[in-house]
Amino acid sequence: MQVSMSVNGRQVSGDVEPRTLLVHFLREDRGLTGTHVGCESSYCGACTVKMDGKAVLSCTMLAVQAEGADITTVEGLAENGELHPVQEGFWERHGLQCGFCTPGMIISAVTLLEENDNPSEEEIRRGIEGNLCRCTGYHNIVRAIEYAGAKMRGEEPAPAEWENA
Amino acid sequence: MSSTSVLGGVVRRREDPALIQGRGRYTDDVKLAGTAHVAFVRSPYAHAQVSSVDTSAAAAMEGVLAVYTAADTDHLGPLIAQVPVGALRPLLNSGTVKHVGEAVAMVVAEDPYVAKDAADAVDVDYEPLPAVVDLKQSLSDEVPVHEGASNTLISWVGPFGADEAALAELQEGIEAAKQRDDAVVVSQEMINQRLIPVPIEPRSVMADYQAGYDRFDIYSSTQIPSALAGAIGKYFGMSMNQVTVKAMEVGGGFGCKLNVYNDEVLVAFASRQLGCPVKWTETRREAANSTIQGRGWVATATVTGTEDGEILGFELEGIADMGAYSQNFTVAIPFLGLFVGSGQYSFPTYWKMDCVTTHTMTTDAYRGAGRPEAAYYLERIVDMYARRIGMDPAEVRRKNYISADDFPGAVSPMGFPMDTGDYATNLDAALETAGWSDLLAERDAARAEGRYVGVGLATYVEVCGFGPSGLVDLGFSWAEYQMPSAFNGSSLVRVHPDGSATVSIGTGPSGQGHQTTWAQIVGDGLGLDVERIRVIHGDTEEAPPSIGTFGSRSAAVDGAACYEATGKVRAKAARIAAHLLEASEEDIEFADGAAQVVGTDSSVSWGEIAACAYQPHRLPEGLEGGLEAHAIFSPGNATWPFGTHIAVVEVDPDTGDVDLLRYIGMDDCGNVISPMIVDGQIHGGIAQGIGQAMFEDAVYGADGNLLSGSLVDYILPTAADLPSFELDRTVTPSDINPLGVKGIGEAGTIGSAHTVVNAVVDALEPLGVTHIDMPLRPRRVWQAIQDARA
Repeated sequence: MQVSMSVNGRQVSGDVEPRTLLVHFLREDRGLTGTHVGCESSYCGACTVKMDGKAVLSCTMLAVQAEGADITTVEGLAENGELHPVQEGFWERHGLQCGFCTPGMIISAVTLLEENDNPSEEEIRRGIEGNLCRCTGYHNIVRAIEYAGAKMRGEEPAPAEWENA
Repeated sequence: MSSTSVLGGVVRRREDPALIQGRGRYTDDVKLAGTAHVAFVRSPYAHAQVSSVDTSAAAAMEGVLAVYTAADTDHLGPLIAQVPVGALRPLLNSGTVKHVGEAVAMVVAEDPYVAKDAADAVDVDYEPLPAVVDLKQSLSDEVPVHEGASNTLISWVGPFGADEAALAELQEGIEAAKQRDDAVVVSQEMINQRLIPVPIEPRSVMADYQAGYDRFDIYSSTQIPSALAGAIGKYFGMSMNQVTVKAMEVGGGFGCKLNVYNDEVLVAFASRQLGCPVKWTETRREAANSTIQGRGWVATATVTGTEDGEILGFELEGIADMGAYSQNFTVAIPFLGLFVGSGQYSFPTYWKMDCVTTHTMTTDAYRGAGRPEAAYYLERIVDMYARRIGMDPAEVRRKNYISADDFPGAVSPMGFPMDTGDYATNLDAALETAGWSDLLAERDAARAEGRYVGVGLATYVEVCGFGPSGLVDLGFSWAEYQMPSAFNGSSLVRVHPDGSATVSIGTGPSGQGHQTTWAQIVGDGLGLDVERIRVIHGDTEEAPPSIGTFGSRSAAVDGAACYEATGKVRAKAARIAAHLLEASEEDIEFADGAAQVVGTDSSVSWGEIAACAYQPHRLPEGLEGGLEAHAIFSPGNATWPFGTHIAVVEVDPDTGDVDLLRYIGMDDCGNVISPMIVDGQIHGGIAQGIGQAMFEDAVYGADGNLLSGSLVDYILPTAADLPSFELDRTVTPSDINPLGVKGIGEAGTIGSAHTVVNAVVDALEPLGVTHIDMPLRPRRVWQAIQDARA
């Protein structure tokens, strides 16, 4: 089947089996391996991509269901060599260790902050509940999203915990 | 914010720019032309005789390259292990399968979807047999897991090295204490449940056999690249130097990637047979039923003490679940528990764990590996004892600690020499940070309002940083070490002719930030910006022989080797600089990318020093050209980190829901290279301990079916389940490595599960609840409340 969609601002098309999952179309056909498969069951969130402004799970939807959609993957977040504030926050606040959940976590955080750029800690924690991380205990992911929120509001982020020590 | 100080500096992680932009390369991201894909046919039965395997329909499918069964692979022998005690796993099994998920056949196809279709088309007939899952039933040998063999593989008895007479004397002493008039004896059977490690990256392996060159490139999400290279070489009659293992980005390991797996060998076999690259990536269900699991103990802990808090003896007797087959370290895991069986205490300890097989997936190292289990039993029963005698749990612990004055030279009651420790200082710091007396007052005030608020405290000592090759000779036949690999730390530091540097090292990290930490050590030693230093790890072609990353060993062993290799390079560079600057070697110091004569502005850059080193005619007479050094580090002991954790919870008595309100960690891992990375390790470790305490449970039904085989029914903590953690540290440097570091990868996990359970039991004390087995999910807590009220 022919499928076409916008991926990271580029119009792309491909010939896929009807059963091809969106994540496999992105990873195998488009070579965008930043989107990861962690559980094939909609539970871990590693495969999260942005589709028409919303965070969706690309491992449990078919490529053909994304026909005509506007998809953003983690590879499409940085613009003109400038990291997205959420990417910057993850780097500045040690929001990742092994990095495997990170692309999906970052996409979820981006959509969270697009809806609410000043979330409370509880709102952040609820907002990323669908993304599992096994390394960080989420502590520094929350700090990273707080950092990004401050940046997106044009404010100075709070200092890192280790800077206070 | 950039600093290159080796101890205590903060450097943003150098691995992050790729990972946050989706450019990190994990094994499943590797693409080679003509790659074929594997799917396995796995047993749906825990114990069954395979009566037939019909592969004809699968083999006839378009796009299928081969279907292999045990008949094709039995000649390779079983899966090899570092500690080969017990039955080893067949690579494929067409005889009697021993657990759900055991591999029966392997399909290789041009496309991964086709491979899965073809695996479904393999027709296997099974005749189910009775399975044994319960540990006490296994111990009775009523249902043998392996025909003709006892289910008990080994019994670990401590103190280590005590002969029968000494053990009898110890037990008599504890029995006598129980007879004292003022004796208080507290005993409880507790389950430390099985866990599934669940790194978010499933395991993945790709083998590329290059026939004309007669060599392998193996890409694997492994923690032990060097051991895997040795193992692959052994299976195929090749030398280690014909096998290159590349562990690129590894998406979490937590011990479960510290095995050589049958799938890794089988994928290599298929690549050799078919002459093309072959890849397999496990599904999450396969990760649950055919990647190793952890924990799985049932044991009774007993404390005998006085009414005023002096503990006279501790006994632990129990059974540990090994699963059906022994893999890399399987029976050694409870032995790691024995190491810390007496914790940080000085009281006499008798410890015995029987290691038994069951018709379940193999257990092996999962974060902490034996030590969280040992600490759990000890810290739960000490807490119950404190509660029984009505004494502050912190005071009971302090009263029974090994004293700081006993160091150096302290030997634990389990018979092991310990490096350094100051437990009381650490406890005091934790109590102060948490505001202990205020916490207790707040709890009491909440209780007066009818709320169920609890405060839990636990302390731990860990043993880690394995690499002393003498230490691993303890107790079992490590001499048979089946995978050629080097049980030491090793590091090669090379300064290139332009003054940049590369450190290659045998670690195999999976998120620990080694790209940053090793660059900090080298950068600090050479006075070179970390941006000028490249780190190569996880690649057996580039790195000197080592053993990988596990057991919180990397900084204390390979990091120390990195430090020593750096020192050798610096010493040679100082000679060259002194020659170029016409100064004395002793007056040379390195900083800001250059060597400088102390107290002058006379300096020479690393670029100039390196250029000279590679133009030997310019060197001082007798000095060899080049500028690199290799160091092997083999410490004289393991390291013994420790800490104190405190949790505050509130339990909803109507639903049994536990709300974790605060979590305080006061850990001591010796000197700290990067506080940012160390704190991150503790956060993750605590979250996994809390996961065990509150959520996670690998459940096998009585028939051996795995009932928690997906993330829908194996529950991991989410961000919404956890609070922000409050961390601080005390610093008691180790004296067995030049960095003074211990290890921090597992500490958070070793300190946390019992801390949470102690807090929940404290919350329910007014109801008379004294113990609830993990995980403390609402239904179980609610039931305990109902039982207590009944």
